Amino acid sequence: MSDNIIEVRGLKKHYLGGKVKALDGIDADIKKGEVVVIIGPSGSGKSTFLRSLNLLEMPTGGTINFNGVNITDKKVDINIHRQKMGMVFQHFNLFNNMNIIKNMTIAPTQLLKKSKEEANEKALSLLKRVGLEDRAEAYPSQLSGGQKQRVAIVRALCMEPEVMLFDEPTSALDPEMVGEVLDVMKDLARAGMTMVVVTHEMGFAREVGTRVIFMDGGKIIEENNPKDFFENPQNDRLKDFLSKVL
Amino acid sequence: MNALSLWFSELKETFISCFITDDRWEWIAEGFINSVIITVFALLLGLVVGVVLAAIRSSYDKNEEALRIRGGIGYYVLKALNAIAKTYITVMRGVPVVVQLMIWYFVILVSSEDIPIAIVAFGLNSGAYVAEIFRGGIMSVDNGQFEAGRSLGFSYFQTMVNIVIPQTIKSTLPTLLNELIALFKETSIAGYVGILDLTKAGERIRGITFEAFMPLIAVAIVYLVTVVLLTKFVEIIERRLRRNER
Repeated sequence: MSDNIIEVRGLKKHYLGGKVKALDGIDADIKKGEVVVIIGPSGSGKSTFLRSLNLLEMPTGGTINFNGVNITDKKVDINIHRQKMGMVFQHFNLFNNMNIIKNMTIAPTQLLKKSKEEANEKALSLLKRVGLEDRAEAYPSQLSGGQKQRVAIVRALCMEPEVMLFDEPTSALDPEMVGEVLDVMKDLARAGMTMVVVTHEMGFAREVGTRVIFMDGGKIIEENNPKDFFENPQNDRLKDFLSKVL
Repeated sequence: MNALSLWFSELKETFISCFITDDRWEWIAEGFINSVIITVFALLLGLVVGVVLAAIRSSYDKNEEALRIRGGIGYYVLKALNAIAKTYITVMRGVPVVVQLMIWYFVILVSSEDIPIAIVAFGLNSGAYVAEIFRGGIMSVDNGQFEAGRSLGFSYFQTMVNIVIPQTIKSTLPTLLNELIALFKETSIAGYVGILDLTKAGERIRGITFEAFMPLIAVAIVYLVTVVLLTKFVEIIERRLRRNER
């Protein structure tokens, strides 16, 4: 058994009978404890790829193995596996009709059958970790964007996932709030969480990433460790991209 | 002076012949009660039909892509159900209710109890409108709420029940109550199949007394007062819901 948490083989997402290829044959392995950062121009398929990993986006071809189980097999109950794959969205997607503590405990109490006390305790300790323990009773609309995203991260952590997927977690934030969210993500990475992060934050990729992937046209064009990726890019499209964003 | 008192005594006579003689006011009362009974039970039937149709239509809308890609019988079942639901809604909204009522009475359920027939006719018709109200409510909830629920591991059904549907109540409840008001007025055609509803009661008095003004105005006033009271009720509910907004 390999130490890969996720193994992706030949992943495809075609629309309109193959005229549009959002993903065009992706192979990727994600090892335990890795922080894989995916960058690329908009429309490159990086978000589609990330959202395919927990089948929010249904691929039209290829396989995804999660802990050795091919989750693209239609006999597999994806809901069980999604419990182990936390996801953080660009627009936070906190449940608007629930307060913060309820946002964080509804899934553990219903899906993991945790007691209310146990779930609350876990949620509060996580809120404390991100400096929001005093907002447990607040509603999402009462929080700033950065606070919402920190809650969204710890909401996912309440399910004790084995991997965390981040879909442009700082793109919808005011600039002064980007830092507080990235800090939480850095802490998480340091604590050994396996992470797959789609982002435009090159600083985060360089500093925290263990591997950086560049996607364009639905394909992985280049991947490398952050140092070589940024200092010694090989592909022309990546060089062009980096010259624009750095 | 003499002309005025003459007019008053004529008015009094008309009033007596319309409502007091032979206790004709009881027709109005009975007609009103029948109108209310038809409205209430038709709405209940409409709610049941509407929930089922809306569940089919929105399940299809939300799961179509994933099911199509995964294949299997479930996709074709849901597709067929969706087509049936769509056709049902088109027919029910495209044919005048009075025609539907007569078809039920003279073609399908010949020689049955008349009020239950009216309940079936109005209820099945209303179901089509209620379905679209519910579906509109579901579709108006940001899809991110749905995706966040699914990403935590909730099934489609759990996500709808726990997260999406509670968020539709605020937008759908006032519309639903307006449907109740519309339905109440719509039942005024029940007389077409010989039911003594409020309108028919006025008609019956007109037929016996040859007085048109008094009974029809009385009927109009009863409708108006009922609708105004219901509208006030809707306004109060709306204000309550808005006050709970955060």
